[in-house]
Amino acid sequence: MNRSVILNGISFLIYLFFQVIILKNSVLFGSAFCFLYIGYLLLLPVETNPLWLMFIGFGMGLFIDMFYDSAGIHASASVAVMFIRNFWLARVTPQGGYDNGAVPSLASDGLQWFLIYATPMVFVHHALLFFIEAGGFQYVGFTLLKVIFSTLYTMVVMLIVQYLFPGERRV
Amino acid sequence: MGRVFLFIYQYRAFFTFLLLEFFCVWLIVLNNQYQGASFFNSANSFVASVNGFSHNTKEYFSLRETNSRLSEENTMLRKQLEQLNQAVLLADTIGSADSSVIKQFDFVSAKVVSNSIDFQSNFITINRGSADGIEPGMAVINGQGVVGKVKITSEHFSVVTSLLNVDIMVSALMKRTGYFGTAQWGGGDTPDPDYVKLKFIPLHVKPVVGDTVVTSGYSGVFPEGIMIGTIARINPSPETSFHDLDVKLSQDFRKLSFATVIKSNLKPELDSLKMRVPTLQR
Repeated sequence: MNRSVILNGISFLIYLFFQVIILKNSVLFGSAFCFLYIGYLLLLPVETNPLWLMFIGFGMGLFIDMFYDSAGIHASASVAVMFIRNFWLARVTPQGGYDNGAVPSLASDGLQWFLIYATPMVFVHHALLFFIEAGGFQYVGFTLLKVIFSTLYTMVVMLIVQYLFPGERRV
Repeated sequence: MGRVFLFIYQYRAFFTFLLLEFFCVWLIVLNNQYQGASFFNSANSFVASVNGFSHNTKEYFSLRETNSRLSEENTMLRKQLEQLNQAVLLADTIGSADSSVIKQFDFVSAKVVSNSIDFQSNFITINRGSADGIEPGMAVINGQGVVGKVKITSEHFSVVTSLLNVDIMVSALMKRTGYFGTAQWGGGDTPDPDYVKLKFIPLHVKPVVGDTVVTSGYSGVFPEGIMIGTIARINPSPETSFHDLDVKLSQDFRKLSFATVIKSNLKPELDSLKMRVPTLQR
């Protein structure tokens, strides 16, 4: 238990700093953003208490916000995604259910399942993020374009990370 | 009463969700106000130093260009200095120079620590803060033109609202015709970091593509005559009584690495004078 908490803490920091030091500078075509930190939140163990999930999401979002100068935007999107995460996990349970202490990752449940699990979550997160950032629905076209491009970009990077660091624990 | 607690306990996840979201919305609203949330931003010194590390590394890739631009700026400044020296010499002989007018602006040079151009509200962090005499509301420029206005300061860092932010408006002057309007970033559907809109130029003025747009100095924040850009497109605007003008910025916000903060010494006086105007009308 203690060991997994420490490992989780370390990977929290790795995801956070990777995001704000490197990925912050890698915006493609002015419209595709990579928010890999959502990967950390999606890969928390299945049995994590929903309250903890939301607080971790909130903390991660708030730290990201401090670096992006966007107080509250990332935090609110992350909390929302963490809130729906357990409902979605229950909906997409793989055959035979989740193992004890399982992590919903590519390594444990396969590529197809992971895409089905992660893509909608990333999409919801990015949609909330960009629509809050745009301050409403007045620029639907462009915002939607940003959401779709960013979802693709984030998913590709997330898959690369998953293939690079497989195994039971992540990164 | 017990039932209420039971109800809250049963739906604790949902209530926590609501609570956290309310907190986030509060932060977002607070951040949109002028002063902003004073802690959760990149003026926090730890955040700024990490951002600075990242930006420093990035800067190595554009060193050559930065160097050439700086040397260009140097030669230009040297030329201006020479002209000024001449002017001061003349003024001294006549003896009419008001020292407060000459010292109207103080300059603090700063390095950009972090910068964004892709959002609807873009901010720049610089490595000078209240310890260097920087206060919210001050103007930020550099050799290429207008950069923005200081939003928040911490001891050693400041967050600057970039000109690429829909919330910022700069009083602008068309140099050739002498008419003034307001320069504001379009943002919206096609946020282009190369163009701003010039608004409130009446239709009887005939702008020409290539006309220079500079700051007017009317607000007292920016000095007069700081370059904003040149008019690039004159869009037809059949329904309004103002032109719809696109201004190509002289500043390249993608490669921003140095900036100068301007402290206006006469701004309080100008503001208090303007405050008195409405009372006089009555």
